[in-house]
Amino acid sequence: MANQEIIFAGFGGQGILSMGKFLAYAGLEENLNVSWFPSYGPEMRGGTSNCSVILSDEPIGSPLVVDATTVVVMNRPSLDKFESHVVKGGLLIIDSDLVNREPERTDIEIIKIPAQRIAEEVGSKKIANMVLLGALVEKTKIVKMESLLKALKEHGKEQFYELNKKALERGAEFGR
Amino acid sequence: MAQKVLMKGNEAIGEAAIHAGCQCFFGYPITPQTEVAAYMSRRMPKVGRVFLQAESEVAAINMVYGAAGAGVRVMTSSSSPGISLKAEGISYIAGAELPCVILNIVRGGPGLGGIQPAQSDYFQATKGGGHGDYKLVVLAPSSVQEMVDFVQDAFDIADKYRTPVMIMGDGMLGQMMEPVEFKERPKKELPEKTWAANGLRGREKHNVINSLFLKPEELEAHNNKLQEKYREIEKNEVRYELYNCDEEMDLVIVSYGTLARICKNAIKMLKKEGINVGLIRPITLWPYPVEAFDKVVDKTKHGFISVEMSCGQMVEDVQLAVNGRKPVHFYGRSGGMVPTPAEIANKIKGIVGGAK
Amino acid sequence: MTVVFDRPKALLDVPTHYCPGCTHGVIHRLVAEVIDELGILDKTIGVAPVGCSVLAYDYFACDMYEAAHGRAPAVATGIKRAVPDSVVFTYQGDGDLAAIGTAEIIHAAARGEKITTIFVNNAIYGMTGGQMAPTTLPGQVTETSPYGRDVKTAGYPIRVAEMISTLDGAVYVERVSVDSVPNIIKAKKAIKKAFEIQLQGLGFSLVEVLSICPTNWGLSPNESVKWLRDNMIPYYPLGVKKDATTGEVK
Ligand SMILES: Cc1ncc(C[n+]2csc(CCOP(=O)(O)OP(=O)(O)O)c2C)c(N)n1
Ligand code: SF4
Ligand SMILES: [Mg+2]
Repeated sequence: MANQEIIFAGFGGQGILSMGKFLAYAGLEENLNVSWFPSYGPEMRGGTSNCSVILSDEPIGSPLVVDATTVVVMNRPSLDKFESHVVKGGLLIIDSDLVNREPERTDIEIIKIPAQRIAEEVGSKKIANMVLLGALVEKTKIVKMESLLKALKEHGKEQFYELNKKALERGAEFGR
Repeated sequence: MAQKVLMKGNEAIGEAAIHAGCQCFFGYPITPQTEVAAYMSRRMPKVGRVFLQAESEVAAINMVYGAAGAGVRVMTSSSSPGISLKAEGISYIAGAELPCVILNIVRGGPGLGGIQPAQSDYFQATKGGGHGDYKLVVLAPSSVQEMVDFVQDAFDIADKYRTPVMIMGDGMLGQMMEPVEFKERPKKELPEKTWAANGLRGREKHNVINSLFLKPEELEAHNNKLQEKYREIEKNEVRYELYNCDEEMDLVIVSYGTLARICKNAIKMLKKEGINVGLIRPITLWPYPVEAFDKVVDKTKHGFISVEMSCGQMVEDVQLAVNGRKPVHFYGRSGGMVPTPAEIANKIKGIVGGAK
Repeated sequence: MTVVFDRPKALLDVPTHYCPGCTHGVIHRLVAEVIDELGILDKTIGVAPVGCSVLAYDYFACDMYEAAHGRAPAVATGIKRAVPDSVVFTYQGDGDLAAIGTAEIIHAAARGEKITTIFVNNAIYGMTGGQMAPTTLPGQVTETSPYGRDVKTAGYPIRVAEMISTLDGAVYVERVSVDSVPNIIKAKKAIKKAFEIQLQGLGFSLVEVLSICPTNWGLSPNESVKWLRDNMIPYYPLGVKKDATTGEVK
């Protein structure tokens, strides 16, 4: 049974919502049931941002993920807030360039990725989210990489496609 | 089969309204439904229809009164505090027997409250809101696909009975993205709008859109006519879903909207522990699906539990429907707190007495 | 030596939630300094709107109310009538005052209600994420005027200060801006005068303050200031619109 309940979390502007969206599109591509649910609030104060994404071959219940099979964090407050939400045996993916503490959990799998540095090598810090997403997809196999690339092609900005693709590939190495 | 696309609830509902032939949209920004207005501001001019941002919800609902009276399909949307302001206009619309669709993406109250999902406008929607003896047909979708399907249904019901219809979702439903399909649906046979006040244009008798009846006997006759219509709606339009209700059950949850999906997760969790729980999901909150209770009341050992994102509103209708035949329990969170499946499961274990 | 950057007593020592560069904070400070200078903290009561400044009740040290969207002038009327020796001000955005609350502001002014309104015009709905406001300029792109405000369907912006100044109950009306230090100094003078009018029991006073919203204008704070100067000031000319104490009506 394919089922992933994922929380992506970080600052506004890091592409948290869009990495969730691309994964949801990839799930749709593979005929999975999918849902994407963002945190929402007043527009003011470029604060934190997160979204819940579920891909499943069963009908989806709550779109709000509480017990996450995978959590991806791109800043320290998000690690503080969501580390406890990973289910036992679940996966935690951390942008180690931005999170300045070690996770405390010992009953989960942890992948630390210097995503900012890698993204910069590839071409732009803005695509650090894609590096992390690459690792997630490679590790969980929730969708095929081709489906994700197809989602990027159809729903992403044309001029970033090649860069995004590279970022995903670099990230995938951490998921092997 | 039409292709599935991934869409936010608030945007899907806008697109669905366009598919349903909505000619005019009047709105006013308020979180968490502003995307409906934003979407309509982009799309309506492109398809040659009307989008207008009103100066207030009071104005918006009266623009709806005007357009509906002229016989076109019209919709407005808002969230709780804005619906309170629309209440006066909704009462006039019901009194003047005008068809329209009103969307409420509910947030927590009372007062300015918060902006996170809630179901605390149940009383307002189903028991009045505005003044006078009127009813609103209230549809409660639980997925983005249902939002889309119900918009079409809502316009049809509104036109068929000349009555306002509300679609009530919560902040989650408005903000979440899910795959949706815009199915081409056969056009319903609907009565012609011979009552519309859209200019004589050769018609002999003038049409009047009005809810004033100064003579008591005339107002009573008008009210009786409305009531007859409501009885007709109660007969024809009740909708609900029964989930896991085929066998003997320890308890039956009653829950609607997004929360009903969360309850389904709780039911799956409990099943693993040997506790069998069913679900009645009212889809029309008015007319209330009393018959669903008749179908399951003999199969539930510990009765019913109304699970709500409010301090206890729908539970009163559950009590009326159960009518003393079995116990009725309640579990609710409010203020934008969304119950988790585990929380609901725990509450239920407390009632049925733990794992067996 | 005088300390210039001391926090006014009328402002509480708490961080605000405003976006970086937003001038709501500057305007709060001006109001607070005026309350301090007039020595009226004890008897001042403020009414916050629904808009980005909704949380103003957490920032001002005087007694505060939170009103329903647009209703602050009616709430202020109730307060002032109940406690006539208090100093009552409303602090409202353009959506709050000039859209949903148009009736309340006009009638408070027409009644000559002895209250002071600080009207923050940033040509947009900030709090809800950048929709068209009644003060949005022709052609200005917002979330609900995605093709630019089209005056043929969305009508024309409202010049609130000019409109209010036509009412006999309004005693003092001025439009100011907080885009530069000299203008900020003028803005403070205007706010002070508006409170003084109330203290003298003369009638209604309103100060319209042109303000920036970098977040929803999609500009940096510096670009926003320039945009305000180049676009808003020509449409919304600064200056005293009415001063019944001198008989000045512009
Ligand atoms: C009755 C009602 N309708 C709508 C809203 C949503 N709402 C909150 S703030 C706001 C507009 C604020 O804009 P403005 O007054 O210009 O203040 P700004 O945020 O720009 O300072 C709206 C429409 C509400 N809270 N209540
Ligand atoms: S959204 Fe605009 S008005 Fe509101 S705090 Fe941010 S910059 Fe200021
Ligand atoms: Mg504004």
